[in-house]
Amino acid sequence: MNVSTCERLDPAAADHLDLLEAEALFILREVAAECRHPVLLFSGGKDSAVLLHLAYKAFYPERIGCALLHIDTGHNYAEVIAYRDRMAERYGCRLHVRSVEDSIRKGSVRLRHALESRNAHQAVTLMEAIAEFGFDACFGGARRDEEKARAKERIVSVRDEFGQWEPKNQRPELWSLYNTRVALGDHLRVFPISNWTELDVWQYIQREDIELPELYFAHPRQVVRRGDILVPVTHLTPANPGDTVETVSCRFRTVGDISCTAPVASTASNVADIIAETAQCLLTERGATRLDDRASEAAMEQRKKEGYF
Amino acid sequence: MNAMLNSSADSFDHGAESTARPTGLLRFITAGSVDDGKSTLIGRLLHDTGNVAADQLASIRATSQKRGLAAIDWSLLTDGLIAEREQGITIDVAYRYFATARRKFIIGDAPGHEQYTRNMVTAASGADLAILLVDARKGVVTQTRRHAYLAHLLGIRELVLAVNKMDLVDWQPTVYQAIVDDFNTFVGRLGRHHVQAIPLSALNGTNVATRAEAIPWYSGPCLLEHLQSSPARRDAADAPLRLPVQRVVRVMLGNGADGETATEFRGYQGMLASGRLRLGDEVAVMPNGQRARVARLSVAERDLAEAGADRSVVVALDREIDISRGDMLCDPQQLPRIAKSLTADICWLSEQPLDMRRKYLIKHATRSVNALFEELSYRVDVNSLAQQAAPDTAQMNDIVRARLKLHQPVLADAYGSNRTTGSFIVIDPVSLHTVAAGVIVE
Repeated sequence: MNVSTCERLDPAAADHLDLLEAEALFILREVAAECRHPVLLFSGGKDSAVLLHLAYKAFYPERIGCALLHIDTGHNYAEVIAYRDRMAERYGCRLHVRSVEDSIRKGSVRLRHALESRNAHQAVTLMEAIAEFGFDACFGGARRDEEKARAKERIVSVRDEFGQWEPKNQRPELWSLYNTRVALGDHLRVFPISNWTELDVWQYIQREDIELPELYFAHPRQVVRRGDILVPVTHLTPANPGDTVETVSCRFRTVGDISCTAPVASTASNVADIIAETAQCLLTERGATRLDDRASEAAMEQRKKEGYF
Repeated sequence: MNAMLNSSADSFDHGAESTARPTGLLRFITAGSVDDGKSTLIGRLLHDTGNVAADQLASIRATSQKRGLAAIDWSLLTDGLIAEREQGITIDVAYRYFATARRKFIIGDAPGHEQYTRNMVTAASGADLAILLVDARKGVVTQTRRHAYLAHLLGIRELVLAVNKMDLVDWQPTVYQAIVDDFNTFVGRLGRHHVQAIPLSALNGTNVATRAEAIPWYSGPCLLEHLQSSPARRDAADAPLRLPVQRVVRVMLGNGADGETATEFRGYQGMLASGRLRLGDEVAVMPNGQRARVARLSVAERDLAEAGADRSVVVALDREIDISRGDMLCDPQQLPRIAKSLTADICWLSEQPLDMRRKYLIKHATRSVNALFEELSYRVDVNSLAQQAAPDTAQMNDIVRARLKLHQPVLADAYGSNRTTGSFIVIDPVSLHTVAAGVIVE
């Protein structure tokens, strides 16, 4: 037999999306049934868009039984913020926004320099919001295929009052029996799409016709090449003197903080094209696009230990 | 050439199950001793199916070179934690994903170290199939038997005996056959299983994702071929209906997902643990036993005529019955036991040993109840499978036969007939940790 890189699972011939969906609905319902005050972390990215849609299906015919929380770094694309607000309204959810800017003002976040990436600082603001509202469970759209440290995290993961993740002291997770009990002050991070891959997410977006911010689709954008990474030219990431600014057809594979998310060159302007590209892509989502995970092999694990999502 | 070598001795026939088209998702675990090549095998599978990205490959190639290794150290791909890389070991279950044109696979990568039996149990609880890796030079060792036993305990009937490093024994068929015979003899003592033995070399990729034509005495499938066609647990839909209720949904005027609603709705959300549910079917609502018919079945706004195991659905019944979370919709002809006591095999997972004086919390399906351990009848030596008489406690990694008394009943089946209604976890009400896994014997 011959297995080539582009020969991937045909969604029409397989029911794996149904099974992944069923698992996610089950997890959402378990946590909703057992926790006092859950919230859904919604950034406007594709994974949280899928998560929100799954929450809609999990609760249906009731409305989604929890609010949305967005930790705004202040470095988001305006289009994503507009999309976030539109989705909250469409799904009838209350939206809480807490901003890193406020944490800076309060003094709980201190930047090394004004343009430093605020991505890692989100954890502080997130923990402040969790304490403020008394959330005992936060649904998140993280996937295990994103990163090695994430591959080790449980679907239902306990964080202490500092938001810390203890990889060596995780609760074993058996069958589909999730232990959702937490002590006062601790909370859960719950990842219903842990078992999904980037390709699964795109196939599901196609199947369920889930709306996404336009940034995900190919568009012309001014960029500067730094090594193999395309750095978008924005007010936060301006071109340096001597940089060659090019206009390139590109799309974002992840949408996060402007200062640390880079697009990839692409002409895929619809979901079908993106699926075809993803199926043949030779780079991981984070390897290709995230400036902050490149700092060291264990960058993600370190940040998770510090309460990062 | 030699028919005996081509197929392993089947103690469990696929039968009717194998005629069903394999589902698009297979969950499997890999188990083996420390140096049997487990990471290499996983790395090979991911790489040869095109599931290792170029940047990942470049990163582990660079690290391998930095360490002065001649070949790529595939364990770098799977061992993600700092402590794991420092110590060169795997300390916890990791989940890996790959897909081919036919199927998506979820690998539960359980550590091989002896002290992590509990992790093997954790990974095995969700698996349809287990790959047991042996080193062709060493043959079946204690760890192989231990892992086969644990897979058996967790109800995995599909076993793959991956005889690795066959290149180091010059692909001698006699070496391979002796290992296969040895293994089948042992597994035959445990119960009914389907065993597929495959001679391979993970390092060279022989018989992993592609079949080796150069080995004339073996005409069986390569590992990937077998993984693509092996039945998943859910392919067997003959078990009686079990639908544990997760949430009761009530839509009153105005709080519907679609905004204003004209009619009120009362329904039950949950995932079918087993069996099939069709519109019009009569179900028994357990534990009270009242009967009702399925009036509506849906996944969100999509109405269904029927649903099978592992689907998360919403069910409405044709009669008003008092139903809450923890109740179960069941096949009226084959009811679960309303159990206020359980006999179960327990795998103790916690560093803090079992305290017979204390009350624990049992989570079974969607129901949590208080429980006391009444009696431990024996401890299983997972190396020799010998039963050691009446222990007074259970330590981490111990497997004990226990009798529990429950303060409220659960709706139980034997684990052998239903993995969802036959399993439970034990939670320490003080630490809130999951301290044990239980499979119900009766």
